[in-house]
Amino acid sequence: MSADILRFALAYAQIALILALALACWRMLRGPRAQDRVLGLDTMYINAMLLFLVIGMGNGNVFFFEGALVIAVLGFVTTVSAAKFLMRGEVIE
Amino acid sequence: MRHLETLPPWAAILIAVFVMIGATMTLLGGLGIVRLKGYYQRLHAPTLGYSGGTGLIILASMLMFSLLEGRWIVHELMIGTFIMITSPITLLMLGRAALRRDRDAKLGHDEIVPPMLRAPVMPQPDEASATAPAPAAAPPDRPHR
Amino acid sequence: MIGRVIPHPVLSAALVLMWLCLTAFSLGHLLLGTLISLVAGWAVNYLHPPRPRFRRWSAIPQLAGIVLIDIIRSNIAVARILTLGPDHPSYHSGFIELHLRLRDPNAIAVLAIILNGTPGTAWLEYEHQDGRLLLHVLDLRSDADWQSLIRDRYETLLMEIFE
Repeated sequence: MSADILRFALAYAQIALILALALACWRMLRGPRAQDRVLGLDTMYINAMLLFLVIGMGNGNVFFFEGALVIAVLGFVTTVSAAKFLMRGEVIE
Repeated sequence: MRHLETLPPWAAILIAVFVMIGATMTLLGGLGIVRLKGYYQRLHAPTLGYSGGTGLIILASMLMFSLLEGRWIVHELMIGTFIMITSPITLLMLGRAALRRDRDAKLGHDEIVPPMLRAPVMPQPDEASATAPAPAAAPPDRPHR
Repeated sequence: MIGRVIPHPVLSAALVLMWLCLTAFSLGHLLLGTLISLVAGWAVNYLHPPRPRFRRWSAIPQLAGIVLIDIIRSNIAVARILTLGPDHPSYHSGFIELHLRLRDPNAIAVLAIILNGTPGTAWLEYEHQDGRLLLHVLDLRSDADWQSLIRDRYETLLMEIFE
């Protein structure tokens, strides 16, 4: 019984996170300005990381955690360099 | 999914509640990023996923794997600490970049932003045009997005 | 002597802890992690960041508790606002300008992380000569005096810890 509730919760979480990913992707494609696109991309990274964690919980597999960590690190570096580019027009001064 | 049966009932319910609230928070952040009107309002929407969503899902994951393996698993705290430190930095950089772009007369405004806190001491050629009223230049054909 | 070998003790300790969290605890990993954290401490020393000096360690758990409570409360508040939808009359957002008394760069960095980490406030610009700060607030209540809120809740504690 409790396992069924947990299974339902994990399925719901996956659907909700995929929806959130799609909404952030819409913002990234729509714009209207460059900073909106970067904000959407950053949100997509975090949502993908959470989706990896939830899928890992559903499979009982700890190794999805490593993927989530890599996505978090990549998302940080990407967003900071993109924001730096927006601010100055070049990444390395 | 056989491993879900081995969890004690209280833990299963607790994990389910955490995961559902966390995912709902993240979904609300995603809705906000689409629905809100101004850029600076949209800047607040993903913080819901960064703080509430990440925190609750990480707590649930830690609880679940600790009970399954029968020892303390604190891997997930790494992600939590990392997100807690880095997400304010990304938002700060994005906010400053947007502020700078909105003040730049050449890019065209669609947000009303407060003026610069401090006038530049040594105005460089490109900064002078951003603060001083723009010289009579021909308007660009297509606004730079 | 100790300062030469371990220039940044807090950073090195945090790195060892992180290494042990990512791997299973064993003597070999403890040695390897200690070695890596020492090398990282020397590398950071060459970058010459302003070295943090903690005056009162006992205030750190108090600050962490306050921040945790505020994050939970503002999560609920922002979730309510986002369900209301855009341009609802019951909230309005805007820019505010504050004056900070903090001068220590590490304390200001911690304050920026706190304010940006709690949903609903976004740190936009800081001017370090006269300590003015530009924030964007999602729910700018008319009666809430943000200046005294930030001064009483965070700034006093941060000044106790760092200055």
